[in-house]
Amino acid sequence: MANYEPPVTDYDRIVENCTCAFCGCNCDDLDYLVKGNHVVAVRHACRLGASKIMEDMDQRLMVPMIRGEDGELEEVDWDTALDKAAELIAGAVRPIFYGWSETSIETMHHGLELGELVGAVLDNQATICHGPSLQAVQNVGYPISTLGEVKNRADMCLYTGSNAMNSHPRHMARYSTFPRGYFRPRGRFDRTVVTLDPKYSDTAKMSDIWVGFEQNGDYEFYNAIRAVLKGKKLQKEFISGIPKEDVEELAEAMKNVQFGALFFGLGLTHTLSKQRNIDIAIQMVADLNSYTKWILMPMRGHFNVNGFNIFMAFETGFPYGVDFARGYQRYMNGETNTIDLLTRKECDVFMVIAADPGAHYPGGAVKHLAEIPVIQVDIHWGPSTEIADVVLPGSFVGVEAAGTSYRMDGVPIWMKKAVDKPETCRDDEWIIKELLERVKKIKAEQGALASK
Amino acid sequence: MEYVLKNGIVYDPANKVAGEKKDVMFKDGKIVDSVSADAKVLDVTDKIVMPAGIDPHAHVAGPKLVVGRIYRPEDSRKGVTHKTDVIRSESGFSIPSCPSTGYKYSRMGYGTVVEAAVPPLEAKHTHEEINAIPNLDIVPLSLFGNNWFVLQYAKNNQIEDLAAFVAAWLRLVKCYGVKIVNPCGSEAWGWGMNVHGLDDPAPYWDVTGREVVTALAKAKEMLGMPHSVHVHPNDLGHPGNYPTTVSTMEAIKDIEKNSTVRGQTMHLTHAQFHAYGGTSWRDADSGADYIADYVNKNDHITIDVGQVTLDETTTMTADAPMEFDLYKLSGLKWANKDVELETAAGIVPVIYSGKAPVNSLQWAIGLELFLKVNDPWKVCLTTDHPNAGPFIRYPRIISWLMSNERRQEMMDNREVHPWSHRRTSLASLEREYDFNEIATITRAAPAKIYGFQDRGALTPGYNADIAVFDINPNEIDPSRNPEAIEKGFGSAMYTIKDGEILVKDGEIVKVVQSHTLWTNVKGMEEKEKSVMERVMPDFTKYYTVKFENYKVFDNYLPNPIVTEVEASK
Repeated sequence: MANYEPPVTDYDRIVENCTCAFCGCNCDDLDYLVKGNHVVAVRHACRLGASKIMEDMDQRLMVPMIRGEDGELEEVDWDTALDKAAELIAGAVRPIFYGWSETSIETMHHGLELGELVGAVLDNQATICHGPSLQAVQNVGYPISTLGEVKNRADMCLYTGSNAMNSHPRHMARYSTFPRGYFRPRGRFDRTVVTLDPKYSDTAKMSDIWVGFEQNGDYEFYNAIRAVLKGKKLQKEFISGIPKEDVEELAEAMKNVQFGALFFGLGLTHTLSKQRNIDIAIQMVADLNSYTKWILMPMRGHFNVNGFNIFMAFETGFPYGVDFARGYQRYMNGETNTIDLLTRKECDVFMVIAADPGAHYPGGAVKHLAEIPVIQVDIHWGPSTEIADVVLPGSFVGVEAAGTSYRMDGVPIWMKKAVDKPETCRDDEWIIKELLERVKKIKAEQGALASK
Repeated sequence: MEYVLKNGIVYDPANKVAGEKKDVMFKDGKIVDSVSADAKVLDVTDKIVMPAGIDPHAHVAGPKLVVGRIYRPEDSRKGVTHKTDVIRSESGFSIPSCPSTGYKYSRMGYGTVVEAAVPPLEAKHTHEEINAIPNLDIVPLSLFGNNWFVLQYAKNNQIEDLAAFVAAWLRLVKCYGVKIVNPCGSEAWGWGMNVHGLDDPAPYWDVTGREVVTALAKAKEMLGMPHSVHVHPNDLGHPGNYPTTVSTMEAIKDIEKNSTVRGQTMHLTHAQFHAYGGTSWRDADSGADYIADYVNKNDHITIDVGQVTLDETTTMTADAPMEFDLYKLSGLKWANKDVELETAAGIVPVIYSGKAPVNSLQWAIGLELFLKVNDPWKVCLTTDHPNAGPFIRYPRIISWLMSNERRQEMMDNREVHPWSHRRTSLASLEREYDFNEIATITRAAPAKIYGFQDRGALTPGYNADIAVFDINPNEIDPSRNPEAIEKGFGSAMYTIKDGEILVKDGEIVKVVQSHTLWTNVKGMEEKEKSVMERVMPDFTKYYTVKFENYKVFDNYLPNPIVTEVEASK
């Protein structure tokens, strides 16, 4: 191997069983090799996880900043920055608190209280990622399981619209394809892996069967599988570019496994028919359960994106895009979601925590963000920092701060703290709690003034 | 702070007080015999005073609740209310948000609720939700009936090892007792199958529900825990399932009770769903007689009913194969959540309607069970919330139990389908509950069944958990005034929890943090250690989380109430 790196031997201590703060796999078996107060190597993690953990000081936000008159961010002390942020939030008419998917549930608690106090919209990355999946779940159902069921039982794993080898590198290794499970003692050899993807992705290369149907052909393809399952004859010779015999063969194979698991990514969620793609995938899985056992699961991206949906659902009844402007919660897709509010130019103060809308939002939404005050709570410099007016440097959950997160399958994990945060930074939990206290104080003063 | 509840009419079945006019006093959160002259007087002249309610079986917190809330925004939208100076905004009808769950129970005079199904792997999630529910003490029961380790111990009849395993696991996940759901059936659901009856083995495991139930019952008695095994038998909701239910009760008849604080060795939950005769939904009829008869003749069984309330609701249970059957029947959206090595869960919305023959039959069978079990100490009021209906309907069920006239009226004017009287004997049952019996099935009996030594009665030294209802029992005729009964029990005049007034005139006036009850078994440490050593290799191989990260840490229980138990051999 050309790029062989010798193992790291120069470290002081090992912190075992840490949880990776990258994707929705939340691998909780990482060992951090710590030297001084820095993680110098990570065992067991994939490249994405390891580099995020080890390179955590790269472009790190170190000090609170406020954008000055000249348009440049200037370093200020914590009190000034927090007061400025609190003042903006307390004075807002239509604030949005967006992000949350890369911080802890404990932080969300304070955020929700603040949101209810000022009548904000609370939303997370689901609004631009698996939102349509959640809409589909609300349409037709949600047959899932924990990942261990797949590991122990599955003899067919099907990836669709998801290139897990690149996006969730340990998903196949730790949960689905390769591990030896109780009923699958030979691991990979006991399973059939199928990839449905127009692209011959790295995941497709790992699979036994690759079905490369046409782009945007998802709905038609699943519809055909459902038809075959229901005993119908396919009328067309080609379904989404795939010969009908192949479709029939796949449907038959899916019917004849003992336990099948379908993992879908944004390739299914965000192609032509959006939530209707997921609708039909879910219905197909429900149909398959009349013959054998099948489950499905969205490949959630951030390590706590599912956590926010779960947290909001048990606290407010709705998973994301929850609007408190009227003093009670409202959830209406297309009305109370961040992108809609921004493109309609309704929002007047935007707080982003542990997310990067500057990098991910459509142009129109970012344009409005550039025109209104933006408060950023994050650990790294990014496009959102460029449009932020107040920057509050947080800490790295799972490395520098402890907290709860929810894996893509809903398993809660306590992410432990391994090293200390930089002295000038603060924990997300502390920052949001502090904002809450300060906004409460401003509101109390306003109330006292009004009553005079 | 000292208080006197003056001149109320007290129903306190545990202390054999049935409708006496007397004062109830409490000080610093506890019931007391006497207070000083400075005590604050709350005039409750001729109002009903009872201990705060205890719900012995509901689903209020945990992963399947949240799946329900995520995938049914239409339910959440039903109950949205504005925030006030005291409480947060609410949402939900059959699956209210956590804050709303606390407020709603509190308004009905309840103080303690049992969360009946905690999957150990996701126990942290349940505890997070418990912390989000205010004003109630929550008693979580952990699922063991389909746990792979339990299946193996049961198969090999290793009772002592199983007892140590249970003790260790309850401490890991911080739960109060053992729940068994469709033993072996939810494991079979891992392959899309179910077991049929008590003697049908789980695929690959070669162990039957009978072996699992008896092994866990023996283990629980060996530990001498305050609550017995809590059983949801096989074949839930299937016509002709009552023989399975009876044989489940019979299976543990000879196991000796090892507890002074409770009477039963098995609590059979939501018996209504397990009391069907017939062979299919075409010829289904009531099997309530057989269940009630068994309960009347045997002292080792207590039940709760799971009364159908005729509402649109969200069913959710660890009996996942049953939920899939339900989905195939109704076609309404199906959610499922299997948990590795431990359990499964299914969720389906259901519209119980008085126009539907089957739902009306279920409604009648539930009432039959209430009316045919002679001793109110053996039966509790539940709807298996939210499965047979939301808990906010308890007052309505009370009104049905207290009024034969109302029941007959419902059957006569077709509020329920004629199957309710053609296929059951409900129409011939004239029994009406009195207030003391209502206090028993909602307070005293659940407290006894769970072995609570600090609640469920107005005994000096107990927690000052008290409910006052604006009903004058000497004037009202419950038989003629079902609406007044429903209204009275639906909105407490006072709900007092640990000596603090939380509800006044049906409105929440104070919000307090919940407590979580769990049982810490001591005296098996050596055995536990050797059991854990043997469990560990399999744990590491087959779970997808590390053992270190599996446990529920103390920070998830900011307000624990621990029952210490000394395991006796």
